[in-house]
Formats: sequence, structure tokens, C-alpha cells
Amino acid sequence: MRARRVWAALAVAATAASLTACGGGDESYSSVAEKLEKAHKVVVGTKWDQPGLGLKKGSEPEGFDVDVAKYVVKELAGGKDVDITWKESASSNREAFLANGTVDIIFASYSITESRKEKVTFGGPYVLAHQDVMVRSDDSAISKPTDLAGKRICQAAGSNSYKRITDPPPDGELNLDAQLVGAATYSECVSKLGGNNLDAVTTDDLILAGFAGQAPGKFKILGQPFTDEKYGVGLKKGDTKTCEAVNAAIGKMYQDGTMQQIFTKWFGQAQGLKAPTGVPTFEGCS
Amino acid sequence: MDDLIKYAPALLAGFLENVKLSLICGALALVLGTILVSARVAPTPVLRAAGTLYVNIVRNTPLTLVLAFSSLGLSDTIGLIFSDTPSTNSFWLVVLGLSAYTGAFVCETLRAGINTVPLGQAEAARAIGLTFLQSLRLIILPQAFRTVIAPLGSVMIAMIKNSTVAIAGGYLMESAFVMKDTFDDTGVSIPIFIGLVIAFMVVTMPVGFLTNRLASRLAVVR
Amino acid sequence: MSTNVLFDAPGPRGKLRNAVLTVLSVVVLAAAVYYVYARFDAKGQWDGEIWKPFLDASTWTEYIIPGLLGTLKAAGLGAICALIFGAVFGLARLSDHRWLRVVAGAIVETFRAIPLLLLIFFLFYLAPSVFGGGDYSLVALVAGLTLYNGSVLAEVVRAGIRAVPPGQAEAAQAIGLRKSQVMRLVLLPQGVTAMMPAIVSQLVVLLKDTALGYIIAYVDLLNMGFKLIPAVYFGSLIPAAIVIGVIYVGLNMSLSALANWLERRTRRSHRTAVQPIIPPGGVGEPEATGAGVV
Repeated sequence: MRARRVWAALAVAATAASLTACGGGDESYSSVAEKLEKAHKVVVGTKWDQPGLGLKKGSEPEGFDVDVAKYVVKELAGGKDVDITWKESASSNREAFLANGTVDIIFASYSITESRKEKVTFGGPYVLAHQDVMVRSDDSAISKPTDLAGKRICQAAGSNSYKRITDPPPDGELNLDAQLVGAATYSECVSKLGGNNLDAVTTDDLILAGFAGQAPGKFKILGQPFTDEKYGVGLKKGDTKTCEAVNAAIGKMYQDGTMQQIFTKWFGQAQGLKAPTGVPTFEGCS
Repeated sequence: MDDLIKYAPALLAGFLENVKLSLICGALALVLGTILVSARVAPTPVLRAAGTLYVNIVRNTPLTLVLAFSSLGLSDTIGLIFSDTPSTNSFWLVVLGLSAYTGAFVCETLRAGINTVPLGQAEAARAIGLTFLQSLRLIILPQAFRTVIAPLGSVMIAMIKNSTVAIAGGYLMESAFVMKDTFDDTGVSIPIFIGLVIAFMVVTMPVGFLTNRLASRLAVVR
Repeated sequence: MSTNVLFDAPGPRGKLRNAVLTVLSVVVLAAAVYYVYARFDAKGQWDGEIWKPFLDASTWTEYIIPGLLGTLKAAGLGAICALIFGAVFGLARLSDHRWLRVVAGAIVETFRAIPLLLLIFFLFYLAPSVFGGGDYSLVALVAGLTLYNGSVLAEVVRAGIRAVPPGQAEAAQAIGLRKSQVMRLVLLPQGVTAMMPAIVSQLVVLLKDTALGYIIAYVDLLNMGFKLIPAVYFGSLIPAAIVIGVIYVGLNMSLSALANWLERRTRRSHRTAVQPIIPPGGVGEPEATGAGVV
């Protein structure tokens, strides 16, 4: 009888052990700013597949968003070097990653919108982008955004850009009747565009510039921006302390000229993109 | 529980897409598997090698890669397009990938079945002058199918569960995607997960039960 | 039955027929291969330009090898946890206590029936609300792989122990061994030998399933190879798919070869009274072990 008990106890213990061994967690701070001040480490979410903004090269990503992230995070840590863990945050994952604490802070061409504000606290915006349209360079049927009526455009999971075409204001803009083609990321959108599985990719000019630069001559950007996209810094809902600190860091970034320098580094070659001159109006932390 | 009731219509619609995928892929995979197994036991070394190559490559490749390849590779890059309607196009791309994948497993199951048919059967078939295809069609395959009904049932159950991977092939209407989408809205919901699991069990358990019963009723007595 | 018994040593007409069949199949296969080649060629998929990244050492050191390590890490952890889970629940299903058998049986049957991707998604969203914020892609992936494959392995373990002839256990009891000793000294050593091929087959399934991590942004071979390489090197999607496909197939085929070798060895060996057991859902014949059941 005793032997049986031992077997049963062993079984329970082993199960518990195997479950905890496959689990785990780490200590928590009240805000990301506090974590940065005290522990000098942070998990930053960026895109990994968007040339110019966030593209994984080697052990860490590189691009405009990445450089902004490095500057802001260092400011938040009081100028000390920070141990940054980079985590890919595709458009479809951003809200969930913030809510779940998968990442602490997101710099991933993240437009501030009213509906997203319900789930996310935004610092910034740190830069303004403008929605534009990219087509295959041999396509002459689309020369202005309103030509997209009846065309196949890309709907990248989690991104709102398509709504500006298909919906009326306030969420949308042009209210056209276009066909949506689903894709996981914008790099998938671009490969679908190249493969004739859609007619146009329409999203922020900064995103398009990176892709167009990667495949010279294959695509053209119409160069007719029709919205303002306020790129914000994504934070867990309610983390106003970090948000204020982020805004201060962005202000400083414009004052000491770092922003203009980073912008020129990544988008200086792109046609029609001008480095921002003044700090964008902050949305306010709520 | 409220979440489950609120999102039930969307989840059900997603689940029915899984059922639809499974029915079509199941039929295609059985056909493909039969063709493949005929090639693998054919008197022509070329066909045998081709069949072996296909099976070894496909069944050792992750399904996620197979489906992502059929969508991003075959369709977007090579230009294989089934339909101008995007969601229909990705539906058939998933059908293509999932059938190609499951077909390899059907083939291996059938081949194991052929191996259980006693030597004498094939010898007798040859002795009465049947050709290769005749002996395969009239003697070997009918017995092979009957011995492998239960394992084929397992392959089909695995395929029904695998239909959730359609998300990797860009088909964003079936239940795995709907569930993720719902979790993004509501946060994790245990009732929704359990609801979907039960839905899958309602489909897979009868398949297992029926194939097992059929297997014992049709078992070749030796 | 070896397959070549299906047809006679061919006579003159048979030889002719086979020759015709050979020629026909060569023609058809060559046409198919050429068609695929031409379609790829028309889209410029054999251009040296898009294959060049793979000649670059940095592509391997910065993307493919770290990705492969991610895959192997998830597979290794998953395998260890699944083996523990399988051993515990397989033995629990053989317990003398009814409640333990019933509970273990219910758990095993349930996790075998859940689509793995749904389970992984669920765990991925569940973990933060239980353990607090953090990055749970690896945890969710490993836990999902453990629960599913562990449940299958539990069935393997149960079948392996049961396959030991009852006389062995009776003889052991007759010489006065306690129940734990019977299990430890007599049943397990023989059962494990019989289980090995089925276990290795299931590990192939586990290794393949790590690719599901791609969908929850776990950095594995598929993520690095199929998403990032094409994003960094524009147009290299097909070459990337082919390269990582070859790596996956190579890995899995070596594991499958190990399973087949183990099985042949087991059949020959006299260390066990048990024949190799069939993986759940498999068919009882040599060479039937391969990549398990899907």
C-alpha cells in the first residue's frame, strides 16, 4: 500500500515539476519607466520585416523606428546604456503584445487612432507619415488614389490603412469600393503586388519608401499623400508615467537635432520625403 | 460564458470553414494517396523512385511551411491563381497544400496495408493471369483498404485538426483565426476555447468511432 | 510481403509492357518537372541574384543558424517535457487505482483531440493572465507540444508495458518482487526497448510541429528563413523556402532513419520478449514507422 502511495505522489510531483519547468515568469514593475530606471532593461517591439523602419539584420533590427527607440529608451533610463531585447511585433500582434506584457514598449509604425486609444496608451507622436499608394511600375491604370475604386488592395492584418480607402471619415477617408486582399504583413503585401495577386499597396509613405528602395524599378509610388498618420509610441493602457517621460524624450530629440539626423539617415534618398522640422503636437497621455 | 454566446456565430462560421476544408481535402488526399501508393509498388523503378521521393519530402516538411509556401510561393511569386476573389483563391491554395500533405500520409498508410496482404494472394492473382494493375485493383487494394480503415481514420482526424493551420496559408476565415481575433478583442476566454474544442471533438470522435467499427466489421479474416 | 511479388518476372510481352510504362512515366515525369521548372524560370526564380544571399556566410550565421537553434531549442525542451509527461501519464493509466486511471485517461484523450494550433494560441493568451506580463511564445509553444505529444507518448508507454507478456509480471511476482520492483526491473526495461521506435517517430512529429511557433512570432527556422530572409533580400522567397525545406527534411529524415534502425535492432535483439509496438494509428508492419501519424 505504501509503495502505491509513493508512486502516486511521485506522479503528481513529476507532473507539477514538468509543468513549472516549462513555465516561469519575472518580477514586475509599476511602469516601464520604472523598469528602465531601476533595471536598465526593456523589451522593445518593432517591425522586423519593414525596410527603412525596422528590418532584422543580424542580431538586432535596424531602421528609423529602431533608432528612435534606442534614443527614447536611453533617455528614459537617465542616459545610461540599456539592455534591449528586441521582439518582433507585427501589426496584428501589437495590441495583444502590449496587453499581455510580451513587450514593454512598441515603436512599429504605429498610427495613433481613436479606436486604438481605447486599448493602448500612446506617447508622441514622434513623426508624421502620410498615406500614399504604391503600384507596379508598368501599371498605368492607377494614377491617383481615387483610381483604386474596384481594384484589389492589400489588407495587412492589424493595420488600418485600407480603411482610409474603403470607409468614409472619421475612421476612413475616400469611401471607395475596393476589393480587400488579406495578408499577414506588409512585406507579404508587397510580394503579392509583385505577383499580380493585387493591384496596389496603400499605406504610409515611410513604409512604402523602404519597400520601393529595396526593389528599384519594380514599383512606383504615386506621390499623392492624402492623410496624416501620427506615429505613436505604444505603451500598456494606463501607463501615463512612462508616456510623459516618452514625450519629454521626443521633445528633446527634436531640439538636439537627432530626429532630423535619423530621418535623413533612413529616408534622405527617398523622393518626396522631407525631414520634419518641428515637434508634432502631442496627443496627451491618458 | 457571455463571450462564447456573443461570438458564437462568428466561431461557428469559422468552424464550418474547417469542416468544408476537411471534406474537400479528405476526398482529394484519398485519391492522391491511392495514386501515390500505386506508383510506389509499380513494376517501374522510375515511378517507384518518384513516389518515394514525393512521400519522403512532403511528410518530413512542416505543414506550416507547406501552406505558407503554397500561398506566398506558388501563388504570389509563381502566379498560380485559382480565383480573382482573394478569399476563394486562398481557400483553394490551402486545399492544394493540405491535400498534398495528407496524401503522403494516406499513401504510407495504404502501403503498410499492402504489406499485410499475404504473399499467396498476389501469387494467386498472377497465376490466374491478372496484370499488375488488375491484381492491384481487384485483389490487393481492396484487402489493403480494409486492413487500414482504422489507421486511415486516424490520418483523417489528424487532417481535420490540421485544417486549423490554414491560417499559415493566408486563409483568414477558419476557427483558429477567428479565435485569435476574438482573443485580441476580449482577452483570453476559456469558454470560447472549450466551445471550439468540443466542436472539433463532435466531428473527430464519430470519425474515429465509425472507422473503428467499420474496421472490425470489414476485417479480413485470416 | 515485399512489393516486387506483385508482378512476375516478366516474359517478352511483359518486358515490352514494362518498358513502355517506364518510357511513358519518364516522359510524363520529365514533362511535369520541366513545366514546374519553366514556370519558375518565367518568374526569374533561378536567377543567380536571388540565390546569392545563400552563398553569403552572414545569411547563415545571422538568420538560418539562429533560427535553427530556436527550432532545436523548442524541440529539445518539448521532447524532454513530453517524455516526462508521457511516462507519468502512461504509467498512471496502468495504475491499480481506478480514479487515477480515469483521470489520466481523460486528460490524455482530451489533449490528443485538441487541434495543436488552437491549444498553442490558447496557452499563449492564457499565460499572461496567470503568470503576469512577459514573453510567452516559447513557453506556449513548448507547453502545447508537451501536452499534445506527451499524450500520444502516454499511449505508447501504456501499449509498450502492456505488450510485455503477462507471464513475465506473474513470474516476477512469484519470486516475491514488490509491485514497484516488477515495474522497474521487469516491465519497464523490456517495454522501453519495444517503445523506442514509436517514441522516435513521435519526436519527428514534435520537431515538425515546432514550425507552428511561426504563427505566434516565435523565432524559429521558419520565421527566420521564410519571413525575414525574403524581407531582407527582396525576391528570395522561393530560394529561402527551398533551403529551409531541405534543412527540415534532412533533420526529420535522419530522425526517421534512427527510428527504423532502432526498430530493426529491436526485432533482432533477444533482450526483450516484446516486438516493437505500433505507434497509435499506425499499421503493424516493418518499415511502417516513419514520421508517425501526421
